[in-house]
Amino acid sequence: MHAPTPDVTFPLLTVIILLPAIGGVMVLLTPSRRLDALRLIALLFSVGTAALTIYLAVKFKSHDGDFQFVSHHWWIRDFGISWKLGVDGISLWLVVLTGILFPIALFGPVVKKDVKAYLGWMLLLEAGCLGTFLALDLFLFFVFFEIVLVPMYFLIGGWGYENRVYAALKFFVYTLAGSALMLVGMLALVFLHQAATDRLTFDLVALAQNPGVGESTARWIFLAFMLAFAVKVPLFPVHTWLPDAHTEAPTAGSVILAGVLLKMGTYGILRFGLYLFPKAAVDLAPLLLTLAVIGIIYGALVATVQKDLKRLVAYSSVAHLGFIVLGTFAFTTQGLSGGVLQMVNHGISTGALFLLVGMIYERRHTRQIAELRGLQKPAPVLAAVFTVVMLSSIGLPGLNGFVGEFLILIGTFVTHRWWAVVAASGVILSAIYLLWAYQRVFHGEPDEANASIPDMTWRERATMAPLILLIVFLGVYPKPVLDRINPSVERLIDHVEERTGESQPAFAGGGAGTTEPHEVGE
Amino acid sequence: MIDAAWLIPAFPLTGFVLLVLFGRRLGDPAAGWLATAMTGLSFLVTAGVFVDLLSMEHAARHATVDVFSWIPVGGLSVEVAFLIDPLSITMALFVTGVGALIHLYSVGYMHGDGRYPTFFVYLNLFVFSMLMLVLADNFLLSFLGWEGVGACSYLLISFWFTRETAASAGKKAFVTNRIGDFGFMIAMFLIFSAFGTLTYSGVLPHAEELTKGTATAIALLLFLGAAGKSAQLPLYVWLPDAMEGPTPVSALIHAATMVTAGVYLMVRVAPILELAPTAMTIIACVGAATALFAATIACAQNDIKRVLAYSTISQLGYMFLAVGSGAYVAAIFHMVTHAFFKALMFLGAGSVIHGLHDEQDMKRMGNLRKYMPITWVTFMIGWLAIAGVPPFAGFWSKDEILLGAWNKSPILWFVGLFTALLTAYYMTRQVRLVFYGDDRWQQAEHPAPAVADPELSHAEPVAPNGHGPSEHADPHESPPTMWIPLVVLAVLSVVGGVINLPFSHDTEHLLRWLEPVLGEEAIHLFDGNKIVLALIAIAASLIGLAIGWFAWRTADRPELEPEPLRRAWYIDPLYQAIIARPGQALADLSSWVDRNVVDGAVNGIAVAFREGGGQLRRLQTGYVRNYALGVAAGTVALLAWFYMRAG
Repeated sequence: MHAPTPDVTFPLLTVIILLPAIGGVMVLLTPSRRLDALRLIALLFSVGTAALTIYLAVKFKSHDGDFQFVSHHWWIRDFGISWKLGVDGISLWLVVLTGILFPIALFGPVVKKDVKAYLGWMLLLEAGCLGTFLALDLFLFFVFFEIVLVPMYFLIGGWGYENRVYAALKFFVYTLAGSALMLVGMLALVFLHQAATDRLTFDLVALAQNPGVGESTARWIFLAFMLAFAVKVPLFPVHTWLPDAHTEAPTAGSVILAGVLLKMGTYGILRFGLYLFPKAAVDLAPLLLTLAVIGIIYGALVATVQKDLKRLVAYSSVAHLGFIVLGTFAFTTQGLSGGVLQMVNHGISTGALFLLVGMIYERRHTRQIAELRGLQKPAPVLAAVFTVVMLSSIGLPGLNGFVGEFLILIGTFVTHRWWAVVAASGVILSAIYLLWAYQRVFHGEPDEANASIPDMTWRERATMAPLILLIVFLGVYPKPVLDRINPSVERLIDHVEERTGESQPAFAGGGAGTTEPHEVGE
Repeated sequence: MIDAAWLIPAFPLTGFVLLVLFGRRLGDPAAGWLATAMTGLSFLVTAGVFVDLLSMEHAARHATVDVFSWIPVGGLSVEVAFLIDPLSITMALFVTGVGALIHLYSVGYMHGDGRYPTFFVYLNLFVFSMLMLVLADNFLLSFLGWEGVGACSYLLISFWFTRETAASAGKKAFVTNRIGDFGFMIAMFLIFSAFGTLTYSGVLPHAEELTKGTATAIALLLFLGAAGKSAQLPLYVWLPDAMEGPTPVSALIHAATMVTAGVYLMVRVAPILELAPTAMTIIACVGAATALFAATIACAQNDIKRVLAYSTISQLGYMFLAVGSGAYVAAIFHMVTHAFFKALMFLGAGSVIHGLHDEQDMKRMGNLRKYMPITWVTFMIGWLAIAGVPPFAGFWSKDEILLGAWNKSPILWFVGLFTALLTAYYMTRQVRLVFYGDDRWQQAEHPAPAVADPELSHAEPVAPNGHGPSEHADPHESPPTMWIPLVVLAVLSVVGGVINLPFSHDTEHLLRWLEPVLGEEAIHLFDGNKIVLALIAIAASLIGLAIGWFAWRTADRPELEPEPLRRAWYIDPLYQAIIARPGQALADLSSWVDRNVVDGAVNGIAVAFREGGGQLRRLQTGYVRNYALGVAAGTVALLAWFYMRAG
């Protein structure tokens, strides 16, 4: 059992990670003046990866909460480090989201400067993101988690706006500093586990089954992990790298940063924080719930008065990610499932918002709200698409954002009532800052500079179309997605409950799991 | 037919999708006809379901139509499913019926607008959302409709978005409603915590399991939502501004249907309200206060639509007075008759505005009965109905409410009675100013319009319909697509009362029809009192009519329009001062803190490292004697430490 069995099946997950990496290498080997060839390679590899992730979702067994498609090979055997990949309901949709967002980010916004390096970095970034979500070995995860910083650093620094160098450095140093402690915590965990079980391994599942660390030690290691993830999420008060990075990054960078990279933080909390240190997570939940609620309110308040449209969207992310952390530490099926779903929803909606802000910038060469006005008149289609995305971000029922937000709030309410009540007031604030921004940018009589902008091109419409479809689909029929999330979430909750003695209210747990199903009057 | 009930919302949804895809190609007027047809078909299906229900046993008149599973997570399972019972079908009937008429009216009214197809996209989406709200079999699906109608309301109020006032009004409506929706959401969380389900059938029959405290909390939180959607104190402020939207929108959304959603919700959860007498009293008092408060403002407004808007707020107050008094049937009854006569008057007002080329100031109207006979006659019928003159529809329903209020408390009854008098007065003022007197729109020099008045400043003619600047040619009667709905609604406003005549239990059709949902209504006792109270109410109406008729023989009576009423009791500036400005200040403060404190600390640490690094670098002098000194000092320190430990 300890020695990995050779794979007889197709190593789908490995291929999913390697495909964009190979694409990146091929791009680097192609001469930089062959623009068409470069773009074709990037297109083929990113779309190919997207197709594989969708194939993965189709083949995924929906009522199995365990890791699927596991592949396991020794990497550095002496240290117990292996190339172990696996996917479950918590990571599945993040993998699919990554697969879908990258081609959109690559081919939506037009980049003319140094195309070769740009495409190369983007494809390497995609490989790193996918690896982060699929790794089941702590060391492997750490490598992917950190490797992602490099391409993102160069993307912000090389293709960003005026203040890009400051923003890129801040992003890099801030997140790196956060994860330095995680590395220490990781090594401590592994060695303490070795001391307790006489086995040196970085295998996540093995460590989670029997961490072999005392309660207070576990709490410190949990905090070390949490610091890294909190910076990445970002959780108040370690969020200030985000507005700078988002605002200065090129459009595609912002889309990926908001859509995928932030999720590494929330995903890390679920996959490592809760799974490895359930007791510490439950004990420290009030602290994290409080920080999450502060983030929701504070992020929304700060977003309200931003003068830069992109910065406003960036701060809205602080609020939205606060919701995800809130649901995570509610320890109910609804809260956790809602949190996982909301990771995907936020990626779609905020990714779409950044694309739209990018389109406005390309037309007006400004992101200052005060200089924009009445855009709905010359660009009705752009305005309509913006409206749909905005309503999704506000959490209008029938669109994707609502489902996640509602599940998070109701799931939190049953265990942590007052946190949920305060957080729910965030839905009022999100309406204020987005509608007000929309009014100033799109409503009113446009002046000369704004009256002459072109409406969306067909290329731009094609970029937005899949996102709009997903926004509507996930709002109307989230069931196929939830059906694949729920079993894994229930497994995680069972894992936590077994090790803490806490349990969620019976009616929240429902069918599967250890809790009794509640009788529903029909 | 009942199994096909999903068709009721499906038709307007289909219309919405078709218009999104092909609306521009269909254009003016085909897009309008398509939307009208979809709403009409929806009405026909509803009527079919209604007939089916009628043919069933009294007690068996309910069914659930499952469509698909919407949000299944753990113990929470929310279906897209429709609850077909007398209450939901009553709502669906008048939503689709009045909705179809107003669609028809819009075909003519919106003619020539540059965004004609878009208007019908929103209108069909609205009807769909409204039907989801009333037909849903669970709170969450109702909430979907609830927020959906709010979004449509936002889109339609700011339809003429180049006007700043319209854009602001739309935003204000959405945000104010969100405050109410916050209450609705928390109420749902409480319900789920208590029952483990959100379906009406899983909650309402088991309502007695709630403790009194929880029931009161749920009732008041839902009422917060209702107060937002149905424009009650203190959340009514968005509705007067909502008049920025095209007039058919005001008639459909902001008079007949959407704003009654709060009343519907409260009646739906009647079993919970029954457990919360404190909440009932609060609801009744807020309703009565709103009715009176809004009526006083309506007495001094000059914008034809603003009068009707404040009147709507006041009439909705009546409905909540009824709910709070436990007279649920009276609330629904008044909701239906109000939908008839208020939609009629809004459409009549639209016809006047249309005929006068976008003039909305009643002080610049007058004598229109000569020029717009159909509009005049139908509007007069609406006037008599809302004023409470028998046998028009409004009399019967208002009388029921006053009866219920009397049963609850004579003080509430008196507030309602006085409001009835005011209602008769301000509506008479409107009729006099618009249809009688001199042809003031012809006067070369208008009496200086009260532009200093912020309540009116939006009333400048902006020619939203593309009719060109407001050059007052002679007013003209509107086209048939516009006057046919007027006539139909006028007929309904006359005879609408027959659905629930109080003479005997046999004539109380609505009461008996709703019995399977609401149970036996408790209020049956009055007999003798009933007639006396009705006579007093009639007297109050006639006094109001008489005062209004004689006082407004001339249009210039500033002494009857005191400043506080003209300025709507200064509530908008008050909210600005106590909510909007402090909120803005808090946001500014947060932003400052974020830049200077939170991020300041981060940059401070970075600076500290850089500076610290700079200082440390000086130690690296390269002189051996310095290093030797350091080594020596270190050795001494270590020795000293060991010595102290040993000692």
